[in-house]
Amino acid sequence: MRFADINDSYRAVVIGGSAGSFQGITKILSNIPESFPLPIIMCLHRLKHVRNGFMEALSIKSVKPVIEPYDKEGIKKGKVYLAPANYHMYIELGHTFALSTESMVNNSRPSIDITLESSAYSYKQRLIGILLSGANKDGAIGMKTIKEKGGLTIVQDPAECLIDTMPTAALRITEIDYTLSIENIIKFLNELAKKYSN
Amino acid sequence: MQEIHIVDIRKLAETIKEKYNYDFTNYAMSSFKRRVSRILELYKFNNVESLIKKISESEAYFQEFLSEITVNVTEMFRDPSFWRVLRDKIIPNILLNHQKISIWHAGCSSGEEVYSMAILLKEMGILESSKIVATDIDPIIIEKAKKGVYPIKNMDLNDKNYLRVQGTEDFNKYYEEKNGYAYMDKSLVENVSFRIHDLVNGMVFSKFDIVMCRNVMIYFNQTLQNDVLKKLHESIFKYGYLAIGSKESLIWCEIANKFIVVNNEEKVYKKIKE
Ligand SMILES: C[S@@+](CC[C@H](N)C(=O)[O-])C[C@H]1O[C@@H](n2cnc3c(N)ncnc32)[C@H](O)[C@@H]1O
Repeated sequence: MRFADINDSYRAVVIGGSAGSFQGITKILSNIPESFPLPIIMCLHRLKHVRNGFMEALSIKSVKPVIEPYDKEGIKKGKVYLAPANYHMYIELGHTFALSTESMVNNSRPSIDITLESSAYSYKQRLIGILLSGANKDGAIGMKTIKEKGGLTIVQDPAECLIDTMPTAALRITEIDYTLSIENIIKFLNELAKKYSN
Repeated sequence: MQEIHIVDIRKLAETIKEKYNYDFTNYAMSSFKRRVSRILELYKFNNVESLIKKISESEAYFQEFLSEITVNVTEMFRDPSFWRVLRDKIIPNILLNHQKISIWHAGCSSGEEVYSMAILLKEMGILESSKIVATDIDPIIIEKAKKGVYPIKNMDLNDKNYLRVQGTEDFNKYYEEKNGYAYMDKSLVENVSFRIHDLVNGMVFSKFDIVMCRNVMIYFNQTLQNDVLKKLHESIFKYGYLAIGSKESLIWCEIANKFIVVNNEEKVYKKIKE
């Protein structure tokens, strides 16, 4: 697999996932270089009233610790962030996180659309959006916004997804740049990292 | 949802500031923007311009807007582990030196947090001797808080939270169920003073042993968080406590050095300097 438009202009990777994405996420986090240069911002559907455990579970195999940011925390290069339980996670223009407890969006809090859309406004063409397996349509509009703002879009190959509703919904409304297996998403991120190493 | 430009948001905030003396200019941009676009959809405005026009023409409409722009989502005993810390550590600590406790709920929304506090204090046997003030910027939501009537479907979560706090009673003794609503036992809030108060433009009005300001400052940008925190600081007795939401942090506020962290997991701070 070759990735034509890969270059070092990107400043963040944002990942959305829901039902059936845990394994994929874990694989990705354990197979990227430790020196991965960009912040990875994850919004994953999770139990609303269980505050602890998920971040720890993701951290076990990850090459770097997974952090649940505080409200107004600045986004730093090379860190891995996870939207905390029961809060929406926005990205502000100054590349800081902003949390919110407003009503659920697409039956979800955190909502992937909220994180994706706000990062698209914040990072514009310097953003890579990745949408994985999931059982509802959250994230589709977010991916559309990323594309409209000039960012790069990737969905997990529906054929490989445990539940393909989420990537399929995104593919239906947006011309997604790459449809990839988890293996190839990992290859993509490793190729990407190389562009920043010199 | 249509895209809204930041200049339009600024114009909106300016209009409100001039006409009604509420200042939203330093609210956190992304969520404020999303609330505005929701309002455009809800009231079928074509653009922010028409919303501004309506707001400047009608004070009644502005009141509705005020209620819609604020995020009121709340629950009883939100973060049960916080309430356990409050009951088992913080309050006993205050009682070592004081006979009575005074508490301010700043941004109390529809009152769930206040009923939670009242239940907690009642079970500790100190509700009668405690002074509670509960405030919010939104007059409509304060009315709801006073009434204490909640959709019965919410009580499931509230009940679960109460169980995790390990209260001493049956939770359903604190409300009566009628026509799909839970009517909270009004005696719980007999001594609570519910008031309208704006943390941004309002004055410091009293001092308390505990100030609860949970999930309110997340809607402010850092500049405003800093300003409001100064007022909260002034409203707390020396060696009194401040509780903020579990994902909020004070560390980047100028005034943070006048507090120490008492419990980092539950975000409880103690004022140590005037
Ligand atoms: C999400 S609720 C928090 C409720 C409760 N404290 C909790 O943690 O569940 C936020 C509340 O802050 C109020 N609020 C927003 N801006 C305010 C201001 N400037 N002054 C006072 N209250 C404000 C809103 O009206 C809303 O009811």
